[in-house]
Amino acid sequence: MTKLLSSLLLVAAFAATPLAPAQAVNPDEVLDDPVLEARAREISAELRCVVCQNQSIDDSDAEIARDLRLLVRERLVAGDNDEQVVSYIVARYGDFVLLRPPWQPNTYMLWAGPPLMAILIATLAVIFFRTYQRQRNAGLGPDPLSPHDRAELDALVERIAATTEPGNGPTTRFRAELAEGLTPPPPDTTDETEDNQADAEQGDTRS
Amino acid sequence: MIAEIGQFVLILALVLAGVQATLPLWGAARGHSALMVLADRTAIGQAAALLIAFAALTHGFVTSDFSLTVVFQNSHSLKPMLYKVSGVWGNHEGSMLLWVLVLALFSAAVALFGRNLPPSLKARVLAVQAMIGVGFLAFIIFTSNPFARLSPAPLDGTGLNPLLQDPGLAFHPPLLYLGYVGFSMAFSFAVAALIEGRVDAAWARWVRPWTLAAWTFLTAGIALGSWWAYYELGWGGWWFWDPVENASFMPWLFGTALLHSAIVVEKRDALKSWTILLAILTFSMSLLGTFLVRSGVLTSVHAFATDPERGIFILAILALTIGIALTLFAIRAPGMKGGGLFAPVSREGALIANNMLLTVAAGTVLLGTLYPLILEAVSGGTAKVSVGPPFFNATFGPIMVPLVIMMAIGPLLAWKRGTLKTAAHKLIPAAIAAILAITVTFILVPDGPGLAPLAMGLAAWLAAGTIAEWAGRIKLFAIPVPESWRRLKGLPRATSGMTLAHLGLAIMIVGITGSSAWRTELITTLVPGESAQGAGHTVTLSAITQGRGPNYNYERASLLITDKGREITTLTTERRFFPIAGQTTTEAGIYTTILSDLYGVIGERGRTPDTSNAWTVRFFVNPLVPWIWLGAMVMVFGGSLSLTDRRHRVGAPRRAATPGAASQPNPAAAE
Amino acid sequence: MHRLIVILPVALFAGLIGVMVALLTDSERNSDLSRLPSPLIGKPAPAFDLPAVAESVPGGFSTRDLKGQVSVVNVFASWCVPCLAEHPMISQLAGQGVAVYGINHRDKPDAATNWLGRHGNPYIAVGADLDARASLDWGVTGVPETFIIDANGVIAYKHVGPVTKDVLNKKILPKLREAEGG
Repeated sequence: MTKLLSSLLLVAAFAATPLAPAQAVNPDEVLDDPVLEARAREISAELRCVVCQNQSIDDSDAEIARDLRLLVRERLVAGDNDEQVVSYIVARYGDFVLLRPPWQPNTYMLWAGPPLMAILIATLAVIFFRTYQRQRNAGLGPDPLSPHDRAELDALVERIAATTEPGNGPTTRFRAELAEGLTPPPPDTTDETEDNQADAEQGDTRS
Repeated sequence: MIAEIGQFVLILALVLAGVQATLPLWGAARGHSALMVLADRTAIGQAAALLIAFAALTHGFVTSDFSLTVVFQNSHSLKPMLYKVSGVWGNHEGSMLLWVLVLALFSAAVALFGRNLPPSLKARVLAVQAMIGVGFLAFIIFTSNPFARLSPAPLDGTGLNPLLQDPGLAFHPPLLYLGYVGFSMAFSFAVAALIEGRVDAAWARWVRPWTLAAWTFLTAGIALGSWWAYYELGWGGWWFWDPVENASFMPWLFGTALLHSAIVVEKRDALKSWTILLAILTFSMSLLGTFLVRSGVLTSVHAFATDPERGIFILAILALTIGIALTLFAIRAPGMKGGGLFAPVSREGALIANNMLLTVAAGTVLLGTLYPLILEAVSGGTAKVSVGPPFFNATFGPIMVPLVIMMAIGPLLAWKRGTLKTAAHKLIPAAIAAILAITVTFILVPDGPGLAPLAMGLAAWLAAGTIAEWAGRIKLFAIPVPESWRRLKGLPRATSGMTLAHLGLAIMIVGITGSSAWRTELITTLVPGESAQGAGHTVTLSAITQGRGPNYNYERASLLITDKGREITTLTTERRFFPIAGQTTTEAGIYTTILSDLYGVIGERGRTPDTSNAWTVRFFVNPLVPWIWLGAMVMVFGGSLSLTDRRHRVGAPRRAATPGAASQPNPAAAE
Repeated sequence: MHRLIVILPVALFAGLIGVMVALLTDSERNSDLSRLPSPLIGKPAPAFDLPAVAESVPGGFSTRDLKGQVSVVNVFASWCVPCLAEHPMISQLAGQGVAVYGINHRDKPDAATNWLGRHGNPYIAVGADLDARASLDWGVTGVPETFIIDANGVIAYKHVGPVTKDVLNKKILPKLREAEGG
């Protein structure tokens, strides 16, 4: 068995799929009572075949998996409830047989991990949008220009404005864009239809 | 002789990679254009050298040259030709060669088709690619030489594992590698951008097609692998949350997140450091997967691990590659200021939500996969736990629910600043579809698992939401149909690609729900001619025949399946014994309809004394299971369609470019 | 704050590399399968009563027999190759006067009898565990496995895999002395 497993592992080294043909539950193991049998199947799916690579005893055709399947059924017939059956096996083989790790000090981090990650990443998003809110409240977009450059640019804009017609000139539009926090698209994207107007008019958004 | 040529070009490739990893980088720093252009030549040279090496190894397998150790260990003269060829990558050494070949092919594609890339960025991208190449080429040459000779040459080989002698699995590894090695492009672009200190919309535009190509291949590769598991392992399981599977799933999850965050960079010049991090993480997961499955750290209690030298070597590559990239990230990221602004409720906001959820999902799979190892190391080996499917189902599922809900909403939100009210209006059809699906499912299967109708509702929500969004784009029925048709033809392929990919997921959810919630089975023993009732059908073992295949003996059973006296089909299933490997495999008989698979497998004869003339027969009804792969196919098609979008072509960022001048993002994608 | 966040990935990654180095360089990890302590250690030996393998082989033994003296219980089978490899060590133990019991795991009585005849029978008594039911109660995952039981019938130690010379000298004998002393 060991040899078969290790050779399988070697060949499995490249593939993204487990490599054990699984034909587990045999007709002679099945209990007559369909309710008990269904419970047995459910319990078996949560118990690890200890000599296998990540297979439950329900999926494995290893001898010990069969023995444990029979043991599960034996306990069920003897009247144990699901919990008792599982603890009977854990008492002999340890927590290692549980495919659903129990909630205990050495698995706190495992079970708490996903919610903690969710909280961390949600915090990041909140920080991200708070920055947005602040900048919006300030009525400004992020300013890529240094104060000095900005002053120069403003002066330039004023000069241009002075030479053009008052009213609906480019100055107003430019100022509005700045206030929106809209940086003009880089030159090579100007040909692309952008944003929602385009969405509505041409049914075109890149997504 | 040919093997020696292979050996020689392998070393040549290492030398070329060494040159490519250093000089162009220096050239880019100094603005020395000749040194930068050098990267193109070495990248193409490297790809050519590795193609020759690969051809040399293939020659060894095809001609059954058993003086080569790998051929002896993994092939046999009687093996069918297809499996002689697939045997090239059906082993550690050959598959590593394929790994570096794919890496080099991607580099060469950048060299050939990346004409519009700024020279310094291109040189740096190729240099980073070459650094990865140096690591893995050295790994192959020093620890896993595929051209090692045996003397004297044995007369025949020991054969390929019979389970691998299957057309599905023959093509699974190449697709998988095109996928996860393909993510090296995103990684190299990210590291090059970190070196340059510049990330902009143009950068995101160059990264997206490569990521999309890799994603499409990986989706196809994973789907093919799970399909193989489904029909070959003999009981209809298709996903096991096995560490080896997770190793390919994690890059997929991160890669999917990357595809979406790159849109925000491209559109809004925001999320830059996050996108860079995702690009690094995606390929890191590919490397981690390579490490996990080859290092021997994932051994079970009774399997003795191999020599840890290989593991240490890959770990060193891993530590250097990812370590340097993440350090560079830590240094450069704070300086990367975002550009455009957008509200939380907006298309960009939805893409961020997608990223958050996908990242937590990927992180969960990562944690679950590594936790047993971490605990073992931390406790000094005295504590061991198993993290199996029940853990993943309990944690991964709840993350998918909000993700799928968001997937229908996101595309309906306006860019920059949207309102939920407008979106809600457009989501009415989706809500109706969801309620309808829940009700219908509940009526049809009232005694199934309680969550199944909700899952079906979720799938309907996503499908209807996606279709409604698509219909809105072409203003279906709001304007005359010919006008809609014109708009449909005008839809960018990238947009249609998104619609299809999302629709594909909805289809897949239907399949996953059906197969896990309503599977029924019949496990029995039958003597020829006998019938049994179960799983809503009558199964008759109508005949058993024996025969010989090319390199196996078989026992073939015909199972007549009837339903209330009406004949449905006859399933043919085989039990194959491979004398060379001393192993038995089964071929399931599968009858596929749109609603379910009828799945029959013949087992052993005479397990118990009182059934000595009877065969074990397993018969499963797997409802909706074909939808899983149908969904995957739709997703792959969506990805491919999007790749053909003019704007995804690296060579054609401007509308002014003539279609003829536009080059393919990579040659493999066109296949 | 921002600084801290961007350092997080590389810090976590460094930790991961540390874990992997620890696992890969841990030579015991692959050679000593008994590092996972059995939950049975420190517990009384499970209740069992096994019949003899055959008339010619002394045996049949039960939980009661394991009380009153320190003993070794060795799970073996004639079809198991590593069992043959460890057989000299088990015989050596018996030669030193240790009470060694054998659980014959899922074996054919004839094959077991022949095997013991050919290689010598070091066991005080051998119990036939044809259906491996008793082995399950002992938490056996495969053969061979070796247990040390103290005078009170409590399991003091368990070794998974063959007992090599090294294991005998470094693990089994010290544990035996410990059990006898305590």
